[in-house]
Amino acid sequence: MMQEPQKLHTLAVLVDNAAGVLSQVTRLFSRKGYNIDSLAVGPTDDPSVSRITIEITTDDARARLLCNQLRKQIPVHSVTDLTERPNLRRELMLVKVRVPSSAAQTKILEVAEVFRASVVDMYPQCLTLAVIGDDDKAQGLQRMLEEFGILELARTGTVALERGKGTISDQTKMKGEFDYGKNLL
Amino acid sequence: MKCTGAKILVECLLEQGVDTVFGYPGGTILNVYDELVDYQDRIRHILTSHEQGAAHAADGYARSTGRVGVCMATSGPGAANLTTGIATAYLDSSPVVFITCNVVGSLIGKDSFQEVDMTGIAMPITKSAFLVRRVEELADTLRQAFAIAGSGRPGPVLVDIQKDATAAETEYTPLPREQHVTHGGLAALIHRASQNFRPPEPDQEDLDILARMIREAQRPFLICGGGVVLSRAQKEYVEFAERLDAPSAFTIMGCGGIPGKHPLSTGMVGMHGSQASNIAVANCDLLIAVGCRFSDRVALDPASFARQAKVVQIDIDRSEIDKNVPTTHHIIGDARRVLACLLERVEQGSHPQWKEKVFSYPRQPQYPISGDTLNPKQVCGAIKRILPQDTIVATDVGQHQMWCIQNFLFDYPGQLLTSGGFGTMGFGLGAAIGAKVSHPDKAVIHVTGDGSFRMNCNELATEAFYHLPIITIIFNNQTLGMVRQWQTLCYKKRYSQTDLDHRGPDFVLLAQAYGLEGRRVRTVEQLEQALKEALESQKGFVIDCAIQKDEMVRPMVAAGRKITDFLVD
Repeated sequence: MMQEPQKLHTLAVLVDNAAGVLSQVTRLFSRKGYNIDSLAVGPTDDPSVSRITIEITTDDARARLLCNQLRKQIPVHSVTDLTERPNLRRELMLVKVRVPSSAAQTKILEVAEVFRASVVDMYPQCLTLAVIGDDDKAQGLQRMLEEFGILELARTGTVALERGKGTISDQTKMKGEFDYGKNLL
Repeated sequence: MKCTGAKILVECLLEQGVDTVFGYPGGTILNVYDELVDYQDRIRHILTSHEQGAAHAADGYARSTGRVGVCMATSGPGAANLTTGIATAYLDSSPVVFITCNVVGSLIGKDSFQEVDMTGIAMPITKSAFLVRRVEELADTLRQAFAIAGSGRPGPVLVDIQKDATAAETEYTPLPREQHVTHGGLAALIHRASQNFRPPEPDQEDLDILARMIREAQRPFLICGGGVVLSRAQKEYVEFAERLDAPSAFTIMGCGGIPGKHPLSTGMVGMHGSQASNIAVANCDLLIAVGCRFSDRVALDPASFARQAKVVQIDIDRSEIDKNVPTTHHIIGDARRVLACLLERVEQGSHPQWKEKVFSYPRQPQYPISGDTLNPKQVCGAIKRILPQDTIVATDVGQHQMWCIQNFLFDYPGQLLTSGGFGTMGFGLGAAIGAKVSHPDKAVIHVTGDGSFRMNCNELATEAFYHLPIITIIFNNQTLGMVRQWQTLCYKKRYSQTDLDHRGPDFVLLAQAYGLEGRRVRTVEQLEQALKEALESQKGFVIDCAIQKDEMVRPMVAAGRKITDFLVD
């Protein structure tokens, strides 16, 4: 069979906000042989529902298969592959960088300005920057700071939404077909 | 009223109409077993020799009755011993609720005595795995567990309960089963699912599309999968096949979905499928698979599978669509309902030439009579002649399983109990016990091989104690026959670790040791005599049939090959 090209897929998953659900979702990925590139979890406007955003690198067919396996899980409400449509993706990165000299500090602040990173903490010989953006932006900033010496770096993982008025909860025929199996009458 | 968790648990079983449970007690589940004493007039507990046997028995009970089976075990090793049984039920979509108890809350996570993270273990092999920490959650969780196990695509559910939750007391209000869906977690789940969803009816437009495809088809072919058996849709399925005038194969799980003797049945499809079935798959122009997931034992090579055909899948589980074989069209729904809707739309078809072509190939393999020993076909033939037509057949896994499926033409859903998906050697005896307990008036046989039987023959003790007259028939070839067959065909006859010569035990003596009858037979006459004796005596029997070591399952297509590339005819 012809191999489809691999690319980054951003999957958004709405689930019951309950113990064990995250583990159920992530285990599905390891069980099917995927490494998760990025993972972000948080509650939504409805406190009983959490949103999990997962990024994986795979081909379209396998991404579809995985979405289908996710949709079947009972605590899963809804799944979209945001890669299939215009989307907004954001990530927060915190980076603690060494400041060996005042000349270096000037340069670091210049870099921060270009990347629209903000200084969130300062201490003798080090400062901490925060930047919001996608993976490219985070990596660009990281590259520029490497020469000064990165002491520590933390990234939240991508969160993403569909552009326009469409949402993950929109009723579609396919969503109905998956919910059919959860019908308990 | 105020009740302990243990009492609530047993009351919840009664809410579900449960009258039989299979299990094995232990330290953490003591409260529940203590409570069972007060309910012994209403709930029969079958104590097995090993938790695995209890799991298979509950599974066999579920498969043969179509109702949810119940199995109980204690924490740690008790729960872990269920694992193979849970996975077996999961792969074949069998509805079983497994109830285990765990250590008390204060000991959880401390590697306490007989503690194991059972919900973690069970997660990938259940529809849902619950951990109950507080007695207040217990009734609602059990109601959810039964609903989830039995609805949609059925499957096993695990409920692991901390021991302290079985001792603690809370208010319990009995709730009739019909009202469960309007309360608690189930109500929330249904509300959520129904918000997005059309009523549980097959999509009208999808039905119309398929009706049109059927009208246009010249060479329609059907595959009867496990979904037909699970929804007990035999009547609708047969009518559908007759209406289309289309030949139909069945998968292992679909046995009995279409009666094996039906003139449109082409036999099993796939790795050990009949020539008629496999050649029809390769030549049809419309393939309708009902409740079938195209496993790798059916669609050995997905790329070449039914290449000339438009493939249509009818399934209750949307995630099965396009999973293994890409389809042209699908309909989501319960097999029985979808078929009934289709029957309203499809006119009588007629495909005499196509049928003639398909049925010019054999539906059943031919086995040459070899020397003076019994051959598999003769063993199956003798069983069919002597035993009642509606005998329930439980099998283990291997050559005997395939011979059995090819030669017994199963009449009704639930007549064959076999581990199709997980391929669990040692499944059969437990399953036969579950079937016999629920069908005391039917003959139940356990067909096995010498390899499979040795795995879980400890359940002969259960069979003997509860006076369950199960007839075990061993296809004894002194080898792990199926593995040997692969070694013969694909590994240059290097028989690594498959020879069972001189390993014993003497199965006749073994049966006697358990208080059962044993017979060793070498001819058809001896076998028939032994079967007659077994039927008349109403005692548990073990019949050891010597067959040749090099008997093969025919035909055979190697894994991953085109479905018509027969390695053996």
